[in-house]
Amino acid sequence: MSVPEAPLLCVEDLHVTYHTPTGLVQAVKGVSFELGREKLGIVGESGSGKSQTGRAILGLTAPGGEVQARRLEFEGTNLLHADKKTLRRIRGGGISMIMQDPKYSLNPVMTVGKQIEEAFLIHSNDSKREAYVRTLAMLRAVKIREPERVYKAYPHEVSGGMGQRIMIAMMMIPEPSIIIADEPTSALDVTVQLQVLAVLDDMISERGMGLIFISHDLNLIASFCDRILIMYGGQVMEECRADELAQAKHPYTRGLLDCLPRLDGGKQELAVLRRDPAWLEVLEKLS
Amino acid sequence: MIDIQGLDVAFGHGKHAFHAVREVSLSVETGQSFGLVGESGSGKTTVLRALAGLLDRVATVSGNMIVDGETLQAQRSKTFRQRVQMVFQDPYGSLHPRHTVDTIMSEPARVHRLDRIEERVVAALEEVGLDASFRFRYPHQISGGQRQRVSVARALITDPKIVLLDEPTSALDVSVQAEVLNLLMRLKREHGLTYVLVSHNLAVVAHMCETLSVMQNGAIVETMSVQQLREHSSTMPYTRQLLTASLGYDRGAIDAFEEFGQ
Amino acid sequence: MGVLALRGWLLAEVPQSKTQARCQRLFISWLAFKGNPVAVIGLLIITSLVVIAALAPWITASDALEPDLAGRLQPPGSEHWFGTDELGRDIRDRIIWGSRITLYIVGLVSIIVVPIGLMIGVVAGYIGGWVDTVLMRLTDIFLAFPRLILAMALVAALGPGLENAVLAIALTTWSPFARIARAEALTIRNSDFILAARMQGVSTPGILVRHVAPLCMSSVIVRLTLDMAGIILTAAGLGFLGLGAQPPTPEWGAMISLGRQYLIDQWWVPTMPGIAILVVSLGFNLLGDGLRDVFDPKSGG
Repeated sequence: MSVPEAPLLCVEDLHVTYHTPTGLVQAVKGVSFELGREKLGIVGESGSGKSQTGRAILGLTAPGGEVQARRLEFEGTNLLHADKKTLRRIRGGGISMIMQDPKYSLNPVMTVGKQIEEAFLIHSNDSKREAYVRTLAMLRAVKIREPERVYKAYPHEVSGGMGQRIMIAMMMIPEPSIIIADEPTSALDVTVQLQVLAVLDDMISERGMGLIFISHDLNLIASFCDRILIMYGGQVMEECRADELAQAKHPYTRGLLDCLPRLDGGKQELAVLRRDPAWLEVLEKLS
Repeated sequence: MIDIQGLDVAFGHGKHAFHAVREVSLSVETGQSFGLVGESGSGKTTVLRALAGLLDRVATVSGNMIVDGETLQAQRSKTFRQRVQMVFQDPYGSLHPRHTVDTIMSEPARVHRLDRIEERVVAALEEVGLDASFRFRYPHQISGGQRQRVSVARALITDPKIVLLDEPTSALDVSVQAEVLNLLMRLKREHGLTYVLVSHNLAVVAHMCETLSVMQNGAIVETMSVQQLREHSSTMPYTRQLLTASLGYDRGAIDAFEEFGQ
Repeated sequence: MGVLALRGWLLAEVPQSKTQARCQRLFISWLAFKGNPVAVIGLLIITSLVVIAALAPWITASDALEPDLAGRLQPPGSEHWFGTDELGRDIRDRIIWGSRITLYIVGLVSIIVVPIGLMIGVVAGYIGGWVDTVLMRLTDIFLAFPRLILAMALVAALGPGLENAVLAIALTTWSPFARIARAEALTIRNSDFILAARMQGVSTPGILVRHVAPLCMSSVIVRLTLDMAGIILTAAGLGFLGLGAQPPTPEWGAMISLGRQYLIDQWWVPTMPGIAILVVSLGFNLLGDGLRDVFDPKSGG
């Protein structure tokens, strides 16, 4: 009988509040979940707070935003009260983030190889020679066929799919335990999307990592992830296993599922999501 | 209603010219919804824009296009501009940021010298489910879904026969997409419109259209009915791969993906 | 009661007319502008300038511009706040009358430069091709000349005088505006709303006037206010060189020029008009910064 492993990440009652000239905006209102060595999907429409949740975990909330939580722990370290040095070590070395468009997240004036090396050297004391070797190995690991050539390329010289694989290489090289991917494939074509996700999938399984996959694409998350959180109005509406999504109970989840056009569906009118204002009220029962 | 023969669109000149569309031919019957599907770089949006006559200064367009009996010349006629309208992908970019909804919608009416402009504007807004209170708002004051509705209303002002739809719901949330797609279906029924819909989303095309063409690298790979698409009866490897990818993540299937090169 | 009703009208949820919508937008821009204290100071300075210029006949002595050789070079005191100049004229009153000339220069230059720069820039940027090349080379020619030198050459050719100085300044000032308008037009011309306008059948002049130009206006206006200081100083420079306003016109630059020789012992003669130029230039700069923050809050602070 095996002892259940401690979760990599514990989030309890997370709140993200922005102070704007027109009043308080609560982007995240009491989100709680745990992440183990699994693929967790967070799905929601725009304004649901899913991106804000991911950023709050890494301490990347925009200025003006206030993060509060009862518990925010990574491998036992309290992220809320950690000092700057610890946070810098964890960012990239413990928890890493992949964002949507490599055009905007890769430095346009540095070669790809240099950027990956830099990511490696920040979190280790190895030599530059070692960084070079590791970078090439990483490029090969993300299925880039000519690593030496791509090493010398600039970000604008590579395609979108390759750019995202480079991002994955860069974020994986410091060997983090968790990757947070915020819409990593939304800017890509559907076949390229799946190829990039396959690379991510393989690496995560090989290294026994945890993945938080944030997206608006319910279908994609249901087929890629192990568990799903559905968010609306800053709160988690429902949590379920990916293969049980079709049996979801919350009316918002059902509404989302029903309003999607299907390849195998008919031509009748799509069910329109009726938003219940009660969903926006804070769920008091989680205490 | 629409007949395109041998359409070729080239950007640039001489031997470095890039052919975004190569020898594309298709035809659309009156009252039909025709889908153009493909990934980025397939040329589907370029075909739409060539049909709309929006490429005259930036590309060399050759081929024959006949719309509602009229053979299209380099400069589109006033009749064409009244009969054919377009809805764009980006709700944030397709409305002038400094014009009120009323100005945006009155413009086509004024250009075509229609009468009773104010009545038409209010009627068009009602048809897309927006009440008259939206008339004097600016685009940044209304939501993405509402902006797309204004775009659709603007397209209806001149009482067109054909509406070209360039990924009309790609930038919208899924729940808003459902509302806009329903709206488009209803308007098509009520006004007897003909649609040409460009999308990368096979499910949307399957829902909205009867016939579709799959494009890749500027050429049409295959033209089929939506029924044939649903039955997976395509024999072209590219179409089959696209269909598989559209169904979601399947680790095993991905290993079998081929690169369909330039 | 009237003010409350106006405020209600400006903050109404649903505007009932285009005018109301436009006024609401301006009101919101005003509220944003008001929040920037430095910008408000700029606005106050410029408003004061306008008010002082308007009230000149009433706030100066009736014989302010008449020489009074007995009272030459009086230091600042209770009777003459800024002292008197080499001909015994009250400097404060001369500065007040000079503010009219400053406004005249600034206003006239703006009226010439903004429409021309905007039109050339927008046409070049939107139409592109050889039209763009020709217009931009034309712009480059005027841009290449140092402003004061070209102004001097023109004035030398046309003869000294305030109007010629204004013309010379205008000819050397319009180029950057054309460039700015062109840069904006280049970005805008590929926007979907322009394509939509072409889909409707709007003519090219229609697109330029109703769609492109309005979006270039804010950049041009901000640049104008920031350039205002330069325009005033060029006018002052020309006046200083004797090529602008001719004596006895109380143009500030001319006042510095004539008062130069008294700088050591009667410092107030050239210094007071100098301070006036400084304050007005600063005012325009601050106003321009404030306007830029309102129009494009993403840039800078």
